[in-house]
Amino acid sequence: MFDFKVVTEWIDEGLRNLLPASLVNITECVLIGICLLVAYALFALALIYAERKVCAAFQCRLGPNRVGPWGTIQVVCDMIKMLIKEIIEIKHVDRYLFNLAPYIVIISSLLAFSCIPFAKGLEILDFNVGIFFLIAVSSIGIVGILLAGWASNNKYSLIGAMRSGAQMISYELSIGLSMLTMVVLAGSMQLSTIVESQADGWFIFKGHIPAFIAFVVYLIAGTAETNRGPFDLPEAESELTAGYHTEYSGMHFGFFYVAEFVNMFIVAAVATTIFWGGWMPLHIPGWDSFNAIMDYIPSLIWFLGKSAVMVFIIMWFKWTFPRLRIDQLLRLEWKYLLPINLCNLLLMVVVVAFNLHF
Amino acid sequence: MEITLPQAVFLFLAAVIVVCSILTVTTKRILRSATYLLFVLFATAGIYFELNYSFLGAVQLTVYAGGIIVLYVFSIFLTRSDSVIKEKIKNSKVLAGLITAVVGAALCIFIMLTHSFPVSDFVTGELNQKVIGTALMGTGKYQYLLPFEAISVLLLACIIGGILIARKR
Repeated sequence: MFDFKVVTEWIDEGLRNLLPASLVNITECVLIGICLLVAYALFALALIYAERKVCAAFQCRLGPNRVGPWGTIQVVCDMIKMLIKEIIEIKHVDRYLFNLAPYIVIISSLLAFSCIPFAKGLEILDFNVGIFFLIAVSSIGIVGILLAGWASNNKYSLIGAMRSGAQMISYELSIGLSMLTMVVLAGSMQLSTIVESQADGWFIFKGHIPAFIAFVVYLIAGTAETNRGPFDLPEAESELTAGYHTEYSGMHFGFFYVAEFVNMFIVAAVATTIFWGGWMPLHIPGWDSFNAIMDYIPSLIWFLGKSAVMVFIIMWFKWTFPRLRIDQLLRLEWKYLLPINLCNLLLMVVVVAFNLHF
Repeated sequence: MEITLPQAVFLFLAAVIVVCSILTVTTKRILRSATYLLFVLFATAGIYFELNYSFLGAVQLTVYAGGIIVLYVFSIFLTRSDSVIKEKIKNSKVLAGLITAVVGAALCIFIMLTHSFPVSDFVTGELNQKVIGTALMGTGKYQYLLPFEAISVLLLACIIGGILIARKR
């Protein structure tokens, strides 16, 4: 299996030969930052295109099909349009907070994005407390949305932001608890260790019943956390025009839009990492030749393929279920998901303590 | 004087903390002070990360940035307290505040100057999560199960109290 450490170490060595030691660190930081931003933008573009095509397929339409082959250049054109649009200044708003809010949202999303182990040896932030750090940085985004709603000086924005805050704080509990369930099984919070320990079977198979329950809860809570349909109350068009980002234009709106799409990918990627083995190929104990063939598929393809399936499921949710009311949404979390999650955590602890997993 | 990279990062974070702390108390708009406070907490988390103590850094981000600040912002939304802020502050209050600030600063500086800081036995690399876990949940010496449980009970009491106050009669 190809290890990306070969590439990164080769670049590191090359830089060390060229530059003095103090400059190498800074250069590498800048290089990683640029790669991260480019990857972030590319993922956003790919996801927006996928969303349009999937949405079109569910509504028996064709989707974008004029610009480029199968409409693939359409999203690039839209990006350029977004970039050159004027950023409108609104009267009677707190301009400082108004301009700050989109950056808080995008930074939170970017930090979470950098935790994901993309392939073997291709992870940027790999802390000992990886999953905890991921939850921590993704919770910063709420502040950005709340500030955006308040600073817009618009009652619809404010209602949207309040709804969003209530929704995200509530569903963060479920996300955290379902991840904790898997941490109990993995015995580690480091994302690379979690992936490594799934070499002889993905956690969804190893942890059988409690892992599957945790996965379903995680997927529901993750969809709600990213404010996507059927949980897209904060920006319900028919009620709130566009919720907290009504007043934003140009690239400031673009930041919210892009962050929402990449957050969806992050949810899918984390689901892949902690439930479906991350970049680990499908291994069945005992089938040695089968395992060897599976190892020939590059780890990056495994990871992206699994994440794409997860993203498709989340999109499927959006175009299948009708939007919930706010009271239904909060009832679902506090009366159903949270108790199920707590019982499931207990079940997982019992399974691990008595060694009932595979 | 040669400044190393960690020192430069520390100086930057310290400057952010000082400037944002001052802005937090001097700004006239209450939501802005909440935002500046958020920056102070971010920079503090940054110092923890610089010390390689990523657990405490992540706790700082979750509890303060994700929890406390969101709570502040929500309470500001629900109370409309901007009109209260515009009140003139009395001279006696200014004087009392000034005296408190001077006494507090004097106390802090006195302690910092007289305290002999031990030579740091800094361990490079990350602190293992298992070490923190056993220290929190163990019953031996330098282990903190009893305080942990006491705080859990306190939090439970707070939750029940909150429900009792908020419930409709």
